[in-house]
Amino acid sequence: MARKIGPFSSAASFASIPPAISSCMTAAIEIRDVSKRFGALTALAGIDLDIAEGEFFGLLGPNGAGKTTLINLLAGLSLADSGTLAVMGFDVVNRYRDARRRLGVVPQELVFDPFFTVREALTIQSGYFGIRDNRSWIDEVIHHLDLADKADTNMRALSGGMKRRVLVAQALVHKPPVIVLDEPTAGVDVALRQTLWSFIRKLNRGGHTIVLTTHYLEEAEILCSRIAMLKRGAIVALDSTQNLLNSVSGRRLKLWLKPNELPLALRPMQIAKGEKSFTLKIEDYAEIERVMAELRMAGIAVQELELQQPDLEEVFLQIMSRQ
Amino acid sequence: MSSPGMTGFATLFYKELLRFWKVSFQTVMAPVLTALLYLLVFSHALEQHVEVFDGVRYTSFLIPGLAMMAILQNAFANSSSSLIQSKVTGNIIFTLLAPLSHWEFFLAYVLAAMVRGCAVGLGVIVLTLPFVQLDLHYPLWALLFAVLGSGLLGALGIIAGIWAEKFDQLAAFQNFIILPLTFLSGVFYSIHSLPGFWQTISHFNPFFYMIDGFRFGFFGVSDVSPYFSAAVVATSFFALSLLTLRLLKSGYKLRQ
Repeated sequence: MARKIGPFSSAASFASIPPAISSCMTAAIEIRDVSKRFGALTALAGIDLDIAEGEFFGLLGPNGAGKTTLINLLAGLSLADSGTLAVMGFDVVNRYRDARRRLGVVPQELVFDPFFTVREALTIQSGYFGIRDNRSWIDEVIHHLDLADKADTNMRALSGGMKRRVLVAQALVHKPPVIVLDEPTAGVDVALRQTLWSFIRKLNRGGHTIVLTTHYLEEAEILCSRIAMLKRGAIVALDSTQNLLNSVSGRRLKLWLKPNELPLALRPMQIAKGEKSFTLKIEDYAEIERVMAELRMAGIAVQELELQQPDLEEVFLQIMSRQ
Repeated sequence: MSSPGMTGFATLFYKELLRFWKVSFQTVMAPVLTALLYLLVFSHALEQHVEVFDGVRYTSFLIPGLAMMAILQNAFANSSSSLIQSKVTGNIIFTLLAPLSHWEFFLAYVLAAMVRGCAVGLGVIVLTLPFVQLDLHYPLWALLFAVLGSGLLGALGIIAGIWAEKFDQLAAFQNFIILPLTFLSGVFYSIHSLPGFWQTISHFNPFFYMIDGFRFGFFGVSDVSPYFSAAVVATSFFALSLLTLRLLKSGYKLRQ
């Protein structure tokens, strides 16, 4: 049976991680000149990346960019051809036990062991990490991920969304300070996304480092404080989310006009036209005044006006297209 | 379910035991039944015609061989099928993400294979006892060969499970290597009944020494010295264990 848990108890529980783990005041993840090839394909080409403790970090890129390869190297699922990777200061090869104890990975694929129930799977996963009695924390994770009703159900009988929740729970059973989520919301419903992000944000507020890869860029924009973009195995952008958003020139001004026509002088700025609206590209706020002046001179009234900031998707597309 | 004391190794061992125990009808009962059917058919066909060792009925002679064959085949099946299933379904990631050493991985899989192999072998012997008189002259010898043999095949199962990428590759390993080696090892006969050439060939089959040594534990009679058999089996187990550990340490076909 799951216990009733207070709203902040997960952060409190995570605070009870042994001092050897929680007192490390080093970068959560250090990646130095890491390369990886698969035959003729260069999956990663000299990646350098530091992720600080407590960051909510986004790793973005198109399919085949090298995101999952980088995560696999970090988790020890794959071995780098050159370079080093460390989790909380522990090299993932030479100090693999220490590194893996500090890392929780939610894999991209919906994998599960068909022989076990949810609770058995979590108990076994705890044991792999040397935790003898983890029942209270397992109950807490089950509760937070809304798995209480399915705790004693065999993994085979779960829906895709429920299996995804169990994968998240399995990554958290050993209370890792660094959590990597490889496209955790791919193909899952809105309810799970809300549950998942609420829980992950709570963990992040509790001091946990979160590394997220996702193709849902609006999620990354809202959640991540810093983002790296990968393309063909190389980092092509690395900055705070806000700086990346600011780096894209041009904002959009959407206008509903009466009469529904755009003066000739403004037509070069037009980038889209709706049934009753016009969208103009402006470089800075000062251009709004020029647009207004042109409209006044043409005797056209503004019925409604909307200033649109570039979103992460636009930033992503621009960066990917110019590299 | 309550779990035992949980170090990483103990948990993986426990998980491997649980995995086959949850489907024990398929993993324990079915092979016991298969061995009993072999016994039924061969003993009826040959009981009146064959006496391999003086004073030992053919059915009695057959039982330790069948038990050992079941031990070897099931030890191999346990580690190999567990690994290939985990690889194909992808859930091997849960053990690869854990802070387990290659030693812990090896010992957990081999010990679980030994437990299943020996459970099936014991089942065969226990179920035949009411019908056939079976002496056990040197139980420690029998135990030694059961342990070494199941360990050897458990290690071989790990190698096959690591190497195979598909179920049919594993089936090929099982049907073209394990099965012929088992059947040509003297389960159903003494190699002294073979022509000279095949006797010589049999001496290069490590399975022969496992069967012969195990049988010595029951009858105190064997085709070759049990000390020599033990040395061959122990050396083979040691060599295969080294190879398995090396594969696991390198991450061959497990960590890309």
